[in-house]
Amino acid sequence: MPIILDKDSKIVVQGFTGSQGTFHSKQCIDYGTQIVAGVTPGRGGQTHLDRPVFDTVHDAVRNTGAFVSMIFVPAPYAADSIMEAVDAGCSTVICITEGIPVLDMAKVKRYINQQALSGRELTLIGPNCPGVITPGQCKAGIMPAFIHKPGGIGVVSRSGTLTYEAVDQLTKRGFGQSTVVGIGGDPINGSSFVDILAKFEEDEATEAVVMIGEIGGSAEEDAARFFKDKMTKPVFGFIAGKSAPEGRRMGHAGAIIEGGAGTHASKIVAMREAGITIVENLSGIGEAVAKSRRPLTA
Amino acid sequence: MKLLEHEGKDILKARGVPVPPFGGLIKTAAQTASALKNAGKAPWVVKAQVLAGGRGKAGGIKLAKTPKEAKELVRAMIGMNLATHQTHGQAIKVKQLLIEGGVKIERELYFSVVMDRKNAGPTIIASAQGGMEIETIASEHPEAIIRMPVDPNIGLRDFAARRLAFQLGIPATHTAAFVRVSKIIVKSFIDLDCSMLEINPLILTPKDVMALDAKISTDDNALFRQPELAQLKDHEATALESEAKAADISYVGLDGTIGCMVNGAGLAMGTMDTIALAGGSPANFLDVGGGANEERVTKALGIILKDKKVKAILVNIFGGIVKCDIIAGGVVAALKKTKLTVPLVVRLQGTNVEAGRDILAKSGLAIIPADDLWEAAQKAVLAAKTGVK
Repeated sequence: MPIILDKDSKIVVQGFTGSQGTFHSKQCIDYGTQIVAGVTPGRGGQTHLDRPVFDTVHDAVRNTGAFVSMIFVPAPYAADSIMEAVDAGCSTVICITEGIPVLDMAKVKRYINQQALSGRELTLIGPNCPGVITPGQCKAGIMPAFIHKPGGIGVVSRSGTLTYEAVDQLTKRGFGQSTVVGIGGDPINGSSFVDILAKFEEDEATEAVVMIGEIGGSAEEDAARFFKDKMTKPVFGFIAGKSAPEGRRMGHAGAIIEGGAGTHASKIVAMREAGITIVENLSGIGEAVAKSRRPLTA
Repeated sequence: MKLLEHEGKDILKARGVPVPPFGGLIKTAAQTASALKNAGKAPWVVKAQVLAGGRGKAGGIKLAKTPKEAKELVRAMIGMNLATHQTHGQAIKVKQLLIEGGVKIERELYFSVVMDRKNAGPTIIASAQGGMEIETIASEHPEAIIRMPVDPNIGLRDFAARRLAFQLGIPATHTAAFVRVSKIIVKSFIDLDCSMLEINPLILTPKDVMALDAKISTDDNALFRQPELAQLKDHEATALESEAKAADISYVGLDGTIGCMVNGAGLAMGTMDTIALAGGSPANFLDVGGGANEERVTKALGIILKDKKVKAILVNIFGGIVKCDIIAGGVVAALKKTKLTVPLVVRLQGTNVEAGRDILAKSGLAIIPADDLWEAAQKAVLAAKTGVK
């Protein structure tokens, strides 16, 4: 049983009929993902990509049994869309949208935490992320499917193309992936490294984990502590941004060293001391895994 | 986006936060007299308008007791190069000075609101040890720092502001004023989508609470709903960075010699790191974005080539949604419009990679191909050193 998504995941797409929503939903459907409905307010009753379109997520969930939402709604409205999905009963929300105001995400986090207090188990992935893929079973995101293959390596990352780079190296060396999760590059996001590492640790399909972090914040330091205290599976880590200057935002809203905190060095030291295998050369991720492990027969 | 002190003060003043009497924003010594007149009676404060903390210690804030002294200070400070502990070894040229009337200070406090990642929302950081940099307070008096999370839906409630006042040891005579002002500051932080709003110092005057300084940075993602901020100039961006931003390209200029064009922010950082690991130094961070097309590639290459430090260019594309053949076509088309003056290394991987490599090979252009990033970085470093295309 992989993490977050499997072949039985029923997905509703918010922002289904827009150009991004249409393009990527089609790719996901072609991969075999069970996209069962779409939502675009005002277009309820129509059909798009052979799937029913609803005005609200509530209608989509009630009529199709979807319990996962994938969001392509434009940034100004995306935070509201996340809360709509949660309110409608979705237990997993994957938000691809980039550029959501940080304050909106602060409100979303508060909303989700309140729901969690009443006993609901919720997983928000993203925003500003490539999504999640469980190779061979389900793809909910914008990653190129063909570079993946089923296997035993879990991958978790703050960056999109950096994840593709890592996955490509793994696949070319015979290492398939259990699940690949992009947690996104924003300063306030849904799931942290710790949340996903905890899921991989529990997951029978995952043998080892590749974790790709970057400068800014302290999510990697938290992950290092979690690894030391709670994990038995090996983790390979790469951190981007060693050559980035302090005080400048490097593309991702969350990739910034502030007041001397969130540096590459601080993360590397914390991870190395915890026992995570550090990969210094981005091109050497596949090799590092290959050196210490044999490919699983997938 | 970071705001200058006077921009931040204008915003806070309009919302009801008391600030010192405004004299003027001046660029020449000749403007001093009228600014002093506006500001009222002596003494006056002359403040360099640059985006860096620690100005006081570095000589960027001076007190003038006479008009003559003020004029001399203005003459000395306009055009001076200011290096503070926050400018990372580089000096910033002072182009503008703020003249303010001096105010009577009874006590100095530190007060800021930040968007805190850990608690996933706005958080007040305050200390009775005002006037010092927060980094200094944190290392010398960590016990003196108060942190208070704020509900972004509500702002600061009266009781919370009052509790803060008592924790900061504010006298009963000033509690009401502190509650009023701190609530406005927090509300301003939320209303303006700030990522940081720092008042250091927030002072007690004989009868009120006043912001003696204002350091504000705001969330670029929220500019669409902040017309007041959208009008302001981005003082931090260089000309090339502004040009890139207008073309929707994420670009940060650096000190090195190898220009980079990459898709994706993480991979762009990873590419810079790989160049450094191979013994070179990156000239920039550049993410062409997920929707890169011929036009965008042309624009990006143009921006990289405008940087005179660039001795070689490394294009690193992992085609996911972006297809390698589209990028290759874009590079070829761009090079037909823009004369290539330095060696160009291209590494393509992912969707339609074979078609992409084919386009480059058949173009007849002097492009150095590479299969993986490590090979590409080594070739770019060598090319930057030798200049061989």
